[in-house]
Amino acid sequence: MKEHNVVASQVVEPVRHAVTVPLASDAAFRLFTTDFNSWWPAHHIGEADLEKAIIEPAVGGRWYERGVDGSECDWGEVLTYDPPSRIVLRWQLDGEWKYDADPAHGSEVEVTFTPDGPGRTKVQLEHRHFERHGSQGQAVHDGVGGDGGWAGLLQLYADKAVA
Amino acid sequence: MGAYEENGLGALGALGDRTRQAIVERLVNGPCSVGDLASELPVSRPAVSQHLRVLKDAGLVVDEAAGTRRVYRINPDGVLAIRAYLDRMWGHALASFEAAAIRAAQDGGSDPEPAGTLDEQGGQT
Repeated sequence: MKEHNVVASQVVEPVRHAVTVPLASDAAFRLFTTDFNSWWPAHHIGEADLEKAIIEPAVGGRWYERGVDGSECDWGEVLTYDPPSRIVLRWQLDGEWKYDADPAHGSEVEVTFTPDGPGRTKVQLEHRHFERHGSQGQAVHDGVGGDGGWAGLLQLYADKAVA
Repeated sequence: MGAYEENGLGALGALGDRTRQAIVERLVNGPCSVGDLASELPVSRPAVSQHLRVLKDAGLVVDEAAGTRRVYRINPDGVLAIRAYLDRMWGHALASFEAAAIRAAQDGGSDPEPAGTLDEQGGQT
């Protein structure tokens, strides 16, 4: 089944979103990272309600949430910290939204900040390598594996996603 | 391999439909019965059942009996379900980021632009 994961790693289309904001790139970068909690919506994974979501501003820094009860849940890690232009984070929540400590099972989020005229910045986000979350691959074994099934499905999806 | 092709088409449909995305998003927060989903979403119970069948055929959700009920949850190995959820999550998150940036620009006393522009790429098709 290994070959299916290899194929999958080539074809799962990344999620991409972009937004242009009325801030210079250093301010936009700071808002995204240091002030992450000031804009992050209420998405959280812990059982407790979200008190704070945090990106530690350095390579190797934690990306995590703190619940109102003081509990902490890791989301991932800062892989690249390059103000004011780029940050790369590893997303380590698995399909059941639990933290997976094995970095090989984590996907990646890259955010770039590109000046777009005075006081404006284009912020582009790409979340990629979803196939790493599927490395346990029960669906591959049981459901859609075999004779190009899974690979074919993903290729169809990739074609559709870029259409 | 007709069955596999059907699965493939099922997964495409699953990710292209807003109601099914909403179901996936809800199931990320925990397993649900058909009745639970129907009460939380603006769709009928038979419609929920039909959407769940599509999601199940696509390998995005799995179901199991719990007493007299049938409970659905995200297939933890469903890579495309993870992708669909995160696509929506980042869409919401960047809209929120944009709003915060506009507030910050106004608080900073600079001449704010009327609004940022939100353009989504690689999202729903």
